[in-house]
Amino acid sequence: MTAILCLCIGFLVAIATFLLLRRDVVRMVIGLVVLSNACNLAIFTLGGLTRADSAVIPEDLDAFAGAYANPLPQALVLTAIVIGFGLLAFSLILAYRAYQELGTLDVDQMRAAEPLREGESLPAEEEHIGARRDAAMLGGVA
Amino acid sequence: MNMVDFLVVAPIALPLLTAALTMMAWQSHAAQRWLGVMGALALLAATVALFLRVREDGILVTQLGNWEAPYGIILVADQLSAVMLMLSAVLVLGCAIYSLAAIDKGRERFGYYPLLHVMVMGVCGSFLTGDVFNLYVWFEVMLIASFALLALGGEREQLDGALKYVIINIVSSSVLLLATGMLYGLTGTLNMADIAIRLAELGPDVRVSAVAMLFLVAFGLKAALFPLFFWLPASYHTPHIAVSAIFSGLLTKVGAYVMVRYFTLIFVGDIGLTHTLILWLSVATMFLGVLGAVSQFEWRKILSIHIISQIGYMTLALAVYTPLALAGAVMYIGHNIIIKANLFLVAGLGYRIMGTYDLGRLGGLYKHFPWLAVLFLLSAFSLAGVPPLWGFWAKFVVIRSTLEAHHWVAAGFALFTGVLTLFSMTKIWMYAFWKKLPEGTPDRVLRTRLPWQMVLPCVVLLGIAILFGVLAGPVLDVALAVGNQVCNPEEYIRAVLPAHYLEALEATTMPRTCHGVGP
Repeated sequence: MTAILCLCIGFLVAIATFLLLRRDVVRMVIGLVVLSNACNLAIFTLGGLTRADSAVIPEDLDAFAGAYANPLPQALVLTAIVIGFGLLAFSLILAYRAYQELGTLDVDQMRAAEPLREGESLPAEEEHIGARRDAAMLGGVA
Repeated sequence: MNMVDFLVVAPIALPLLTAALTMMAWQSHAAQRWLGVMGALALLAATVALFLRVREDGILVTQLGNWEAPYGIILVADQLSAVMLMLSAVLVLGCAIYSLAAIDKGRERFGYYPLLHVMVMGVCGSFLTGDVFNLYVWFEVMLIASFALLALGGEREQLDGALKYVIINIVSSSVLLLATGMLYGLTGTLNMADIAIRLAELGPDVRVSAVAMLFLVAFGLKAALFPLFFWLPASYHTPHIAVSAIFSGLLTKVGAYVMVRYFTLIFVGDIGLTHTLILWLSVATMFLGVLGAVSQFEWRKILSIHIISQIGYMTLALAVYTPLALAGAVMYIGHNIIIKANLFLVAGLGYRIMGTYDLGRLGGLYKHFPWLAVLFLLSAFSLAGVPPLWGFWAKFVVIRSTLEAHHWVAAGFALFTGVLTLFSMTKIWMYAFWKKLPEGTPDRVLRTRLPWQMVLPCVVLLGIAILFGVLAGPVLDVALAVGNQVCNPEEYIRAVLPAHYLEALEATTMPRTCHGVGP
């Protein structure tokens, strides 16, 4: 089971890395979701996987009767999920506002904070196809 | 030991209370402003009291919910935390007063004050916590508030800068979370002191080094260490100048602080790898940072990129890893909290007069506002390390400890970077102050009256830098006490973990101490 989960985490991180390296902001945000979920799964796996009861002591006993699952990684993952969700919501809104204000979702074209100097040109002029489609989609929402 | 010590909780509780009260006074901006100042004042009083207590009684530990360490979450105030908290509180008070006149109505309407104090709570929490997962949570509190502060105002540049800042910081948080999870997997505990003991018993292990590298990446991103600093020039110059000032004073310094905490307490098993790596990264950070600053032609951008270069000195001191070097690191971080922020605040004054940060369109400030020129010049001299200002002593201690440890090349770069720092500051001086007033500047510019709320913090912060420079002896004594305490993890561990727990653990190996600490 651990081996399967490890492969799964590796696969998720690979997808996240690929998405984060795109120039399109929407894809980058999706990459962030995948990455944070990969981390959550990693914590869960690192806490040790056991086949055991949940960590609740029965009413008529003072201590655990048999083996019990470690509740701490679960609590950690729960906290991390909540935080990750908040950050995701914020970054989506921010991406949308940035699109409204800057008119593009291609990070190469976003040069408001660092304007080009004289004689400098953008690395590649052609527009990213995915970025154009996503921009059209967001425009439709607006 | 088993009582919640209010003084230790206060640096977190007071900003939370202030944030809550300012949020309740949402409709009244005047009430929000003064609540903000009162809150910052209370925070300063509490942190000074905490500092004095820690100097007197040693490390203070509070177990939240009365769960004994290592099972519950604890807050630990040692001398390092106390000094950081006190200096941060000084800056927060300065920025709160500065904001009274500097922040526009639009930003106030969207909750500038509550956000500011929530961020301060996150910063204070990061300084105090003794639990690795709790540190992650405080980082997130600090980050989400800083995201909102950065985007507050909604200008084009801000949204561009904020987007990049947010994405890179979420990546860095994920790395931090992963590293924390791995540390838990290795040791089965989240308490920093407990982790330190267990890693010391584990001995040199490649898994520990791997986790250490992950933490180095996560904290390096927060602190803007080479080669992970690229997000800072893209974002730090975009928000309101008061926000830039508090970011420059607090956020990257939290990154530097946690690096000191982790790489003196937890990851000390393989310093041949970790600290040597940090040494060379620091050299690259300070040198490339200052080159980046020299190449800029905008007041705020020069100052922002400069932050990177200054971070290099702090981590250099950590890499040298002797009590004197860590005393230097504390002095350097403290000096930067005050003076770096002050340079931003002074730039804000210049903007108030001229309406621009572009060095080409600035000029004549020396002739028409000589006292502003004095404020800038002394702050810049302190940053560059000109005696007898505080910055000189900070740099002196760092470079001296580097030389004592025979890191000749690093010391050479540190000195050369100091010269380039002076050069980049001279650039601002030449263009903004010395040059003639540009043609076509309206006359009303020269009649600008600056509000006292904006001038007072600049004068007081500079005053602190001068005072600490003149009183270098006592300041160095405090810094050396911090350095000695940080260098001796056993003291921290014995203060945090109950004696019966340590006995039951039969912990015979303690984490190693720094170079040059006697047995």
